[in-house]
Formats: sequence, C-alpha cells, structure tokens
Amino acid sequence: MQALFYIFIAIAIGVSFWQITRILNFRSVIATDKDNDTQGKLFLAFTAFFYAMMIYCLIFMNVLMLPESASIEGEHDDNLFNITFILIGVVQFIMQFVLFYFSYKYRGKKENKALFFADSHKLEAIWTIIPGVTIIILIGYGLWQWNNIMDLSDAKDPVIIEVYAKQFSWEARYAGEDNALGRGNVHYIKGLNTMGVDMSDLNAQDDKKLSAIEPIMYLPKGRKVVFKFRSQDVLHSAYMPHFRAQMNCVPGMVTEFGFTPKFTTEEMRVQSEVVAKTAVINEIRKKNGDDPYEFDFILLCNKICGASHFNMQMKIVVVEQEEFDKWYAEQPTLGQELAVK
Amino acid sequence: MSDHHHKETFVTKYIFSQDHKMISKQFLVTGIFMGIIGVMMSMLFRLQIAWPEKSFTIVEAFLGSHQTDGVMDADMYLALVTIHGTIMVFFVLTAGLSGTFSNLLIPLQIGARDMASGFLNMISYWLFFTSSIIMVISLFVEAGPASAGWTIYPPLSALPQAIPGSGLGMTLWLVSMAIFIASSLIGSLNYIVTIFNLRTKGMKMTRMPLTMWAFFITAIIGVVSFPVLLSAALLLIFDRSFGTSFFLSDIFISGEVLHYQGGSPVLFEHLFWFLGHPEVYIVLLPALGITSEIIATNSRKPIFGYRAMIGSIMAIAFLSTIVWGHHMFISGMNPFLGSVFTFTTVLIAIPSAVKAFNYITTLWKGNLQMNPAMLFSIGLVSTFVTGGLTGLVLGDSALDINVHDTYFVVAHFHLVMGVSAILGMFAGVYHWFPKMYGKMMNKTLGYWHFWITMIAAYGVFFPMHFIGLAGLPRRYYTNTNFPMFDDVADVNVVITLFAILGGVAQLLFLANFFISIYRGQKATQNPWKSNTLEWTTPVEHIHGNWPGKIPEVHRWAYDYSKVDENGEYLHGEDFVLQTTPLLEGEEDPS
Repeated sequence: MQALFYIFIAIAIGVSFWQITRILNFRSVIATDKDNDTQGKLFLAFTAFFYAMMIYCLIFMNVLMLPESASIEGEHDDNLFNITFILIGVVQFIMQFVLFYFSYKYRGKKENKALFFADSHKLEAIWTIIPGVTIIILIGYGLWQWNNIMDLSDAKDPVIIEVYAKQFSWEARYAGEDNALGRGNVHYIKGLNTMGVDMSDLNAQDDKKLSAIEPIMYLPKGRKVVFKFRSQDVLHSAYMPHFRAQMNCVPGMVTEFGFTPKFTTEEMRVQSEVVAKTAVINEIRKKNGDDPYEFDFILLCNKICGASHFNMQMKIVVVEQEEFDKWYAEQPTLGQELAVK
Repeated sequence: MSDHHHKETFVTKYIFSQDHKMISKQFLVTGIFMGIIGVMMSMLFRLQIAWPEKSFTIVEAFLGSHQTDGVMDADMYLALVTIHGTIMVFFVLTAGLSGTFSNLLIPLQIGARDMASGFLNMISYWLFFTSSIIMVISLFVEAGPASAGWTIYPPLSALPQAIPGSGLGMTLWLVSMAIFIASSLIGSLNYIVTIFNLRTKGMKMTRMPLTMWAFFITAIIGVVSFPVLLSAALLLIFDRSFGTSFFLSDIFISGEVLHYQGGSPVLFEHLFWFLGHPEVYIVLLPALGITSEIIATNSRKPIFGYRAMIGSIMAIAFLSTIVWGHHMFISGMNPFLGSVFTFTTVLIAIPSAVKAFNYITTLWKGNLQMNPAMLFSIGLVSTFVTGGLTGLVLGDSALDINVHDTYFVVAHFHLVMGVSAILGMFAGVYHWFPKMYGKMMNKTLGYWHFWITMIAAYGVFFPMHFIGLAGLPRRYYTNTNFPMFDDVADVNVVITLFAILGGVAQLLFLANFFISIYRGQKATQNPWKSNTLEWTTPVEHIHGNWPGKIPEVHRWAYDYSKVDENGEYLHGEDFVLQTTPLLEGEEDPS
C-alpha cells in the first residue's frame, strides 16, 4: 500500500516537472542585467544566512565540544587548537565576506566596463609571504608539541599498560611489580590467556589483566601512563578523546602513546564544562525516557573494524594514587589467574 | 559541410566512438549515473544516522536482505559508506569530471583535431565503463559489497571472517578498481601526449588557458600515483587469494591463528595514500581549472596572476606527492616521519591561498555576468576556502591526534574536495553544455539548483565540524551506545534534513540537463563571449573539429575588456578571440 503511495508521489513529481518545463521558458539561457542584479543581491542575502549559521554554530554548539583536556600533555593541544581556530575563523570571516561582497558589488551592467588588471607582483608577494610566515609559526608550535607527546623515552616511573584490541572489545594488562610487560603473541592465545601472553617469559607472571567481564581501566592521577597497543585481528584505533589521545592498534606490531591524567573522574564530573554538557545530555535522556548519564572517561574504537565497530568501548576511571594502589593490589596476577584453572 | 572521411554507423558514432567529443559525453553520462547511485546511498545512510531505530520503507525497498523491518544492518551501513566514498571519489569526481572535461576541452582548447590516439581514448572509456559495471554488480553480491571503508585497509578488507563484505564483494571492488586505474592511466597518458604534441600554431604553453594547465598537471599526477594504488590492489589480491603476507601478520580470528607472518598493514596505508592524497588534487585541480576559465569569462576580466596560478598548480602537484603521511600520523609509523609530513602538508596552504586570493581579485572591479556556471564557480571558491582552512587543524600532527577519523575530518574533506569539485563539475556542465550538445541549459532552473545546493552543502557540512569536535567517530552505525554523544543527535537530524534537501535538489539539474538536450534553445557559436579556441568551432559537431584549417593563435586566453588609452575597447568588444592577430604595438603577456 505504502509502495503504491510512493509510486504515486513519484508520478506526481514527474508530471509537475514536465509542467514546470512548459511554463519555464527553456529559451531563457543567458544572464541579463536583471539576472545579474537579482543574483548579486542573492549573494548578499546568502552572506547573511551563512554568517548567521556560522555564528549560531560557534555559540550554541560550543556546549557539544569536548571539555578541557584531562591530560597534562593535552593542555598544549587545546592551546594550539584555540590559536589555530581563532586564526582560521578570522580568515574565514574576512575572505567569505570579501568574496560575496565583490559578487554583489561588481554584478554586471551593460554600460559597465571591467578593469583590465592582469597582474601585480606586489600583491602576489604579499599573499604568499603572509600565509607563509603565519604557517611557519603555527607548525613550529605544532611540531614542538608533537615531539612533546610522542617522545616517551624520558618518562620517569610510568604506569605501563598494554591495551589489546579485538573485534569488538578491549582488554588491558598492567605491567606488574617489575613494571615490564611479558611478551605477547597471538600464538599463545588459549583458554583464559585471551591476550596471548607468553607465560614462559619471566616478566609475564606478575602482569595483571583486567577482568574480561565489563573491564574498567583504572589510571592514577598525576603519573605518566605509557600505553602499548596491540591488536588481535584487524586494525583498531584506541581513541581517548578526553585525554587528547589516539593511536592505532596494528596486528603484528606494538604501537605506543602516553599521557599524564590531570583530573580524577570525580574532579572531572564537577568541572563546569562537563556539568553543562551533562545537563544538556540528561535533559535529552529524560525526554527519551533513558537513565540519567554520569560523566566517565572512555576508550573507544575509531578505526572501522567490522559490524559492531560502533559499540567497541571501555570505561576509564582516574583516581588518586593511593586509591589506585589499593585497587591495584587487589588484582590477581596473571600467574595466579592462569594457574588456578 | 563537414569533411567526413569515412562513413559512420550508429555503432561507431554513438557507442564505439573514437571522437573525443562523443567520448566526453559518454564519460559525463556514465558519471552522472554513478553519481545518482552514490548520492542515493548517502541519503540512505544519513537516514540511519539521524533515526537509528526507525523503520523506513525506502530502506526496505532498496536493501533487500540487508535490512530487518526497514532498519538497515550494521554491515550494510558500512558497505554504503564504503561504496559511496569509492563511487564519488573515483567514478564521479575522477572519471566523471576529468574524463568529461579533459576529453572535451583538450583538443578544442589547444587547437587539435582529436586526441593523440582516438583508439586509446575509446579504450579508456570502455575500461571505465567495464569497471563501473563491475562496481555496480558488486552491490548485488549476496554477502554484500565491499565494506571496509573506501580506504580498504587490510586486514579488515582481506579477511571475510572479519566482515562479510570482504568476500566476493571485495574481490569485485579490487577488480573494478584495477580496471579503473588502467582506464585512468591510458586516459592521462593520452592527455599529456596530446598537450605536448598537438598544440596549434602559436599556442605556446604559456598561452594555454588555465583549464589546460590544470588538466595537464592532473594527468601527470595521475600517471605518477595511480600505478602505486594498482600495486597495492594487486598485492592485496595476492594476500587474499594466494596466501601471501604482504600486509598481514599475527592474526587470530574466529578462534584460530592464521598463517600470515611478517607483513604490515602500515605498508598498505603507505601505498594507498601515495595515491590517496594526490587523488584529492586529481579531483580538485580540474575543478579549479574550470573555475579559472569561467570566472575570467564571466567577470569579463583577465584571470588575475596567470603565471602565479600556473606556479600554484605546479607547487600543489609537487607537494601533493610528498604529503601522504598526514593520513597516518597515528598509524604507528615513526613519529619523526610525522614531523616531516606535517611540514610538507601545511606548506600546501601557501599555493592554495594564492589561488583563492587570485580568484577573489579577479572578481574585483569586474563586470560579473551571473550565469549559472559563474554562480557555481563562486560557490566553489567559497567551499574551497571553508574546507581548506580546517586543513590547518588536520595537517598539524599534534592536533590531528584528537580529531583524526572524527566527523571533523568528514566535514573538512567533503567541503574542500567533495563539494568544491562537484560545484566545479556543475559549473563546467552549465558552461560547456552548448559545446557538448549544441543546446543551452535553462538558467532559472540553474539558479534554483545552485542556491539550494549551496545552502544544503553548508547546512550539512558546517555543523558537522562541531559534532566532530565533540569527539564523535565517523563510520559509527549508531551513536546510541554512548550517552556522551546523546547531545549531537539533534544536530544529526538537521544534517540529514539538509542532505535530503541537497539530494533532491539535484533532480533540478537532471531535469534541466536531459530536457535541455531535447528542448533547449539552439546554442550560438560563442554564447558566453569567450576568448578560447573551442568557441571558434561550429556548433554542430564535426570530425576534426574545424572545417578547413585549424586556426592559428596569436595571444593568450584572457584579453577581456582590453582598452586603449581613451578607454575604448581595443578590439571593439569586451573579448578578443585568441585567434585575433595582435594590433601594432599591442602587448601580449605570454
């Protein structure tokens, strides 16, 4: 029945099109002065629409954006992002205005003559050099920051965690007493040894694996965490947006990333941006009849990995060092866990 | 009237034609057909993003066994985004754009009777046609078409256990693309050879219109980079079908360890993006070339900074081949490489900025003729600037970490290469339609088409930046599993509504296009009062383009509104055909 309805609509659209083509003069083909005038003014009207939309987005969508970085390293990211965003915002507002204003201002008239103006080395030099210099400064800061994040060689007493990705869940293993991870390879995957740890490696016995049922990754505040990423099957990407952290998990190799958590989960929940965002979310959830949401850090997959890619996540909880130590001590070592069964 | 050398049958004229003008129309119509498929797919998956649990009759009608009660399956969602990307990037914006306009314009604008090899040109089209057919067939494979993203990163694309689309669907995708690449290479070589060898007397390289420069450089980028994708596709076929391990290593899936050892998916990413990034410019440069020509003609002004424009095209082309790593900052490659790629990437902003400024300066003090083609060209400059600027965020490795693979990226590349290139393609169609079909398109429908498309394009892609900055990853079938993304749901609904508006608006174009072919007003020889050579050919297509001798060229292509010291037009009108000899004492910049 519904299909018939759609067919009917399609026919109606077709017929109206045909009618339109009869009414519309298909002989009206080249812009006249009147068209130039109308279209020029429409460009001005479009400018108004466009600017209203840009300003609306900038003001009212601000609340959607991620809150302030929850990692110390991410502070510079936020900084650099703000500088870049203001810069491109200014350039955008000026260039779009000039473009559309010229389109309006110089709309053609029969009696007008265009100016024969083919070249100006001075102008060209200006708009080569200005973007050039600006960009060099921007990437100077960017490259310094990149180095800052990616260089993990000077991390003192870091927490070392292996994050293991698989279709469609995450596992994690802490390095244990010796703070060194035992070797891992898919060939060792068997029974409870789901992360494929080589138990003959002496470093492996004291490693601690998160429980496979609803794993929650605990991190201590204020200490550098170095993540080692592995994947069991296809490419995944470990994305921790609140910490400004992301790295691909690649089968056959180990990748790494590190950051220092700056706020505990509890502290983050009372941070003003988070409070505002949570309020908006909860209003929507209330309307939909869902349970209220409470802020949590999250690890999610950000590289297409298969059907349930959209639901590959793990909760992260940041706590004070003492609390972390307490939690950590309660976890069984891999040696114990695999020996029991 | 025309100098027919041989008798033409229906088959040699309309199907296996070796005439560049007919081949160009074949490319265009095939491109439009593929475009319809690609755009419809985007509307289907936008429905899913906006209303994830809702049932749609249209989904039920199109997706067959890949939906339940009008809600598409997660696999099918991924297949749709994959094929949408593939079709739009390669079939519409590479073959449909470059194939159409390079074929139509290269011989006409440089003054040649046809392409250097009409036969290879024909082969190029039919290979493209074959690859299109194979791609369309792959949509009907039982397990679904390729669904590993248009970037087809292995292992996902290599293992049918990982996703059903990586079975026969992926095989057909690879075969289709291999044939497509062959088509593109043959075409590109033909373009390069034609431009080098068949320019008419007086057509120095520095007298060529910027369209020619853009197509020429595009062809060179294609020849340099497409073969690398072909090798990647072949190696992937080997991994998939013959058990080699170029890209695969240490994989445990469906309860067993696979035999692959020692390969690396990162290698595939390098090979893929060695084409993938230049591909952006293969798509974009022809659109910019078309825009240069249209803006100059309709402003009745010379393009500002002709030589700087050529320099920018060359700089962009060169840089485009050494920036591919910016797609891989977080792929696990050495961070030092990331630094190098950040540097080269951000450098591209300079020639791009020069181009944008030059377009705007061309408009300054012009006498703008607001033909539909002109509107689309101005629109292109706008989206090119908006999309290009966010490139400064993405190209900076430190910032890319947090926005990589989010909707911020989707918004960026759709504006800068998707929308811009498609606007350029529309501009080209409106402008050269009289040359293709001897008829004119209707301007009123053209205006409506432009304004709705423009509003829809910004309505879709501008807010999308912000949901990206909320951390929303792309390629998620639904966002309902993350309460933290609940607040972007409304934005997604608005985006989908704009997408539907934009999609439906294209019906105006289709109607205008096909009706004008039959009912349009007969074109005059030079309707836009343009300087370039194609407007000296007769309206009716003839083999060899010009009856009699090919005209000689005496000046560059941009002598618009040239006046003498009294302010009178030097040649009596505000345009001067390239074939007009120089007056005594008249200067020519070339």
